[in-house]
Amino acid sequence: MSDMAVPHGMAGEFEPSLFGAYSKKIGMWLFLLSDTLTFGALLFAYSYGRISNPDWPTPFHKESIINATIMTGCLLSSSLTMVLGVLAARRGDRSWTRNWILFTMFFGVAFIVLHGMEWTKLIAEGMTPSKNPWSSTVQQFGGTFFTLTGMHMMHVTIGVIYLGVVALRKKFLPILLICWLAAWLGTPADSVFHVGAHVILIGAIVAAMIMFLKPKDYDAHDVEIAGLYWHFVDLVWMFIFPLVYLMSTRITG
Amino acid sequence: MVAQDAHAHAGPQGFIRKYVFSLDHKVIGLQYYFLALAAVFVGMFLSLLMRIHMIWPTAILPLVGEIRPETYLQLLTMHGTIMVFFVLTTAPQSGFGNYFLPIQIGAPDMAFPVLNMLSFWTTFVAFVVMLAAFFAVGGAPLHGWTGYAPLSALTNSGPGEQLGADLWITSIAIFCIASLMGALNFITTVLDLRAKGMTMMRMPLTCWAWLITAILGLLAFGVLLSAGILLLLDRNLGTSFYVPLVVVNGQVMGHKGGSPLLWQHLFWFFGHPEVYIAILPGMGVASQLLSTFARKPIFGYKAMVYAIMAIGILGFVVWGHHMFMSGMSPYSAFAFSIMTMAIGVPSAIKTFNWLGTLYKAKIRFQTPMLYAIGFVSLFVSGGLSGPFLAQPVLDIPLHDTAFVVGHFHLIMGVAAIFGMFAGTYYWFPKMFGRMMNESLGRIHFVFTLIGTYCIFMPMHYLGMAGQPRRYSQFTEVAYLQHLMPLNRFITYAAFVTIAAQVIFVINLFWSMFKGPKASDNPWESTTLEWTTATPPPHDNFAGHTPVVYHGPYEYSVPGAAKDYVMQTDPAGVTAH
Ligand code: HEM
Ligand SMILES: [Cu+2]
Repeated sequence: MSDMAVPHGMAGEFEPSLFGAYSKKIGMWLFLLSDTLTFGALLFAYSYGRISNPDWPTPFHKESIINATIMTGCLLSSSLTMVLGVLAARRGDRSWTRNWILFTMFFGVAFIVLHGMEWTKLIAEGMTPSKNPWSSTVQQFGGTFFTLTGMHMMHVTIGVIYLGVVALRKKFLPILLICWLAAWLGTPADSVFHVGAHVILIGAIVAAMIMFLKPKDYDAHDVEIAGLYWHFVDLVWMFIFPLVYLMSTRITG
Repeated sequence: MVAQDAHAHAGPQGFIRKYVFSLDHKVIGLQYYFLALAAVFVGMFLSLLMRIHMIWPTAILPLVGEIRPETYLQLLTMHGTIMVFFVLTTAPQSGFGNYFLPIQIGAPDMAFPVLNMLSFWTTFVAFVVMLAAFFAVGGAPLHGWTGYAPLSALTNSGPGEQLGADLWITSIAIFCIASLMGALNFITTVLDLRAKGMTMMRMPLTCWAWLITAILGLLAFGVLLSAGILLLLDRNLGTSFYVPLVVVNGQVMGHKGGSPLLWQHLFWFFGHPEVYIAILPGMGVASQLLSTFARKPIFGYKAMVYAIMAIGILGFVVWGHHMFMSGMSPYSAFAFSIMTMAIGVPSAIKTFNWLGTLYKAKIRFQTPMLYAIGFVSLFVSGGLSGPFLAQPVLDIPLHDTAFVVGHFHLIMGVAAIFGMFAGTYYWFPKMFGRMMNESLGRIHFVFTLIGTYCIFMPMHYLGMAGQPRRYSQFTEVAYLQHLMPLNRFITYAAFVTIAAQVIFVINLFWSMFKGPKASDNPWESTTLEWTTATPPPHDNFAGHTPVVYHGPYEYSVPGAAKDYVMQTDPAGVTAH
């Protein structure tokens, strides 16, 4: 038993799968379902806090919104490139599969970098999980912001690493390690990248364990499953962007 | 076949690969089972200490010393948590489900064996972290298994609310991840790995129960995970999700604007489905056993399937019935109350179908059957108090009294445990290749059934007389004096019932090594696990995939040679 998943039996030994999907794809859909509930609970907590605190601060204006809009654009583009990657994989076009995935990862990294810079700026302005400079009564502002966007950013980071493994396999490990060192040593101690870099290290270790325990070539199915995950992460952002950013804009006449 | 190649070779060799980090769903199932067995003894010991404290509050116990009121709360918290998570969620679903779900649908293993192993070891880590809370500075937490904020969200709200509470929450979060992995695996296995002919409507009701339980787990544990993370943030990073402006010991805490009700909503959104996660597998086992030992097809197979689905769906919309006292709007209380009573309908359908199965049957009263009947009995007695509690007006005086304790122990605690006992006595021959001792089994049954009724039935009266729940000491309270004899009776009953469990343990381990050898199908059951060798080979069916021709409960079919037709019997391919 070395294989991760029991392959679906051929030649009619088993009943056809209920949704006509193979095990791994069902597994990913189910994971996304439970993750929906996990994010749903966080969004519920956010809405709950917002409704019970009518004087919610609205500090996001021009730069923040522009920045977040660019980030949204990155994710939207990355979904497109991901679709193209899945299509290329179905055609059996290996080099374009890899290229499109690399584009997707590029947009993902751009998102993370922009978001991390935003975090660093907000922290410099005095926002922490327990307080914020715009309101002394509504403490949840910082807490909900960092929890929601932090959870999402972690998902994006995992997604980029996941895609990298699918596209480049073992060649991706040294790249990851370089990224880790660059982000850790190349940034000042008060930047979120300094601490956040270690997520990359943990990701690299897990990725290495998976790849060495089970060396295999990733096929079109794996690309498709990775794509499911990626689209989901994008979709979550489409909820966070309006709820957290657009609803915290100061609209002045 | 690819699936076969992966499995046809002899199982892994070497102790570590075979018994510790095994990928075999049967070994993993047993690992879960024994983890739960260890946990149930810890939990039982804690409950005994609580009962002793209730009637002899000043006793100095050997090893434990004096039980102070806060110690009582710590015992209560750890008892509830260990029992709910590491016993009732672990053994019926992950233990028996892991072992028998793949075999009963004719699969060589779970869909994701590595994930399966990971989920067991993650559960194990969660258990170790939970036990570590006992040894933390300040001891175990005292916020109860429901972990209500702000008590649980502040680090200085009591002894045990420092490191102990952090360990508690961490353990729960780890447990959530483990359960999510397990649930995902179960669902995929059912959807994807059923043998030829094993259509959904030919699955044994056990498999239906495990499937629906897994779906509940997949949706509920994701929410508890988030709730736990937010609680950790409140405690350690000073966020205010659950904490309003509070003053503790004259000291203003830094929090502001949060709501303890948020925790209650998130917790009970998980918590109510969780109680069904504990009981549904037991319902599956009861259905399977009643049909087998009554030698009759289960009454209303389809109704059973739809009832279990209905319970699963309704289970997600009733969480508010735990919060009637939280000051919710009467309109939502009304809605939750209606939904909660609606859940009584599918529950009643199941009960009537069980009784219908028994009606006019030639019942074989062997130990597994006794426990299955006991399950039905407890489910009815515990369930009947539910609709009372579901009325906000009745719940207001009954909430947080011993009445609720009686309700949920009968229906969730003891009924689910009876499901486990039934499963153990029934499947033991398949798992270990030997029979358990029948006489010891019966003695154990009589003591356990009467004992648990003696413990939990009187609690309803205590509750109606106003004895609160989660209070440690009643001996000095004037208006409860006349209840003390009843309290003493409960404690004595607990002593006897717990002592009787020794009979089970002796029977279990003695039979494992010394019991008479079991045949492949000692109960003359019809489902797939009884078609394969005892104990089953590494790939379950020794290199081939069974083909299924029948529904799961074809007993006493007119015209058949024997009084049962195996699911794999190609002859008489007519029924169903
Ligand atoms: C007809 C079905 C049922 C109804 C109408 C019902 C109703 C209720 C209500 C209204 C409460 C809240 C009481 C209070 O806290 O004041 C409650 C508590 C509880 N019920 Fe049920 N119930 C039913 C079945 C079940 C089942 C099947 C289980 C478990 C397998 C269960 C386990 C529990 C538990 C564990 C609690 C207490 C939780 C706690 O506060 O610690 N109930 N039930
Ligand atoms: Cu409930």
